[in-house]
Amino acid sequence: MKLKLFSYNQLDTPIHRLSGFTKLVCFLFLTSAVMFTYDIRCILAITVMSYICMNVAKIRFSQVRLMFIYVLIFLATNFVLTFLFSPKYGVEIYGTEHDIFTIFGNYTLTQEQLFYQITKFSKYLSVIPLGMIFFLTTNPSEFASSLNGVGINYKACTSLSLTLRYFPDVSADYNAIKLAQQARGLDMSKKASVMSRLKNISAILAPLIFTTMDRIELISNAMDLRGFGKQKTRTWYARKPLTKADWLSMGVCLIILLAVMYVRFFVNRSFYYNPFI
Amino acid sequence: MKNASTRTIVATGLGAALFLVLFMFVKIPSPVPETNLQIAYGVSGFFAALFGPVCGFLIAFIGHALNDFIAYGSPWWSWIVASGVCALITGISKGAVASKVEEGIFGFDEIKMFVIFTLIGQAAAWIVVAPILDIVIYGEPASLVFAQGVTAFIVDFITAAVVGCLLLKAYASTKTGKGTLSKE
Repeated sequence: MKLKLFSYNQLDTPIHRLSGFTKLVCFLFLTSAVMFTYDIRCILAITVMSYICMNVAKIRFSQVRLMFIYVLIFLATNFVLTFLFSPKYGVEIYGTEHDIFTIFGNYTLTQEQLFYQITKFSKYLSVIPLGMIFFLTTNPSEFASSLNGVGINYKACTSLSLTLRYFPDVSADYNAIKLAQQARGLDMSKKASVMSRLKNISAILAPLIFTTMDRIELISNAMDLRGFGKQKTRTWYARKPLTKADWLSMGVCLIILLAVMYVRFFVNRSFYYNPFI
Repeated sequence: MKNASTRTIVATGLGAALFLVLFMFVKIPSPVPETNLQIAYGVSGFFAALFGPVCGFLIAFIGHALNDFIAYGSPWWSWIVASGVCALITGISKGAVASKVEEGIFGFDEIKMFVIFTLIGQAAAWIVVAPILDIVIYGEPASLVFAQGVTAFIVDFITAAVVGCLLLKAYASTKTGKGTLSKE
């Protein structure tokens, strides 16, 4: 497998020391803060803060370079498509029109459109480091227990921890079956046509599903034998007790969320921040 | 999920892992930009039809969210919720499909039910949920998101219906039905 997944590494930084529950709560607070606003000032403030946190967590750029490349390609496509589909959307939002230059026909670049698209770009970009920090500094076994801590039913959380546990196994199965089918001569590379690729991929899918169904029987029997699901709650081996630092960071994130809401409802009085009036 | 059997919980966990693997590694690019033929939706439909709506919802939701975490670093909530809703609605067909398939029957009636609910689920997800959430959360222009939504609907509906039916058919043929033994 070329892709290194869940490259969680055990380091001793202030962010690694926080419990998974805290990191999840902070992640949710900050991402909802970004979701609720279209004010570039708030977004940039959160972006700067999250890049500082990434530095504190000692996440090296080489770890996340691939993700950034994917995101930038995605955002660039989105940028171009937005302009192609609605070149006047910014004018519609901000209510004024300052032309910069006309490209052709109806496609006039306006300051409003540029401002709207740059805001959107930074809005998407600002949540990326938050997700990376959460994902790269949280122990996978602690992840499910922290979701249970937020109040999600423990059976659903157990499903999630099973997913994280069996993902490497299923992808190893997938690779083994794929290689076996390729050895039999099924072409799955770009050379084959879309239809024949679809057909050849179904040849991997059937054995993959059947192994998975067998495994489901095996695991659920083992869990039943150990009395899973008899009680209303369960305990978690990988749960850290909350410390002062945990409460402090949750408090800070809550204050940021409230500040963003304050700016949205009492300063801007709308979803968008309008510098053109 | 509260009263779910252990088998359903495990199926959810492993189904999500399977969904994630297919979502990440099997991408057949379609002619439209930003959309791929996603075999994974066939798998979430298959599990939803066998184990019910909640299981389907969680499979698609967990699988898609983890994929976004791994590939982009941060989840794209509008499309993740849409994936979940799509499998949730497909899961309503469980009542008509699951017990028959466990007996080894996957005939015209079952196919019909499965395809109808897949159609409703995919339409609700890509034409209603995803674009509206995109507009509300991310302030995307409506014309862009609806154009993307309709293409995603067409592509994903065909893939999900075809792959889901093939898988259910194959799974049903491994099961033996009632009264299939005959005296010689």
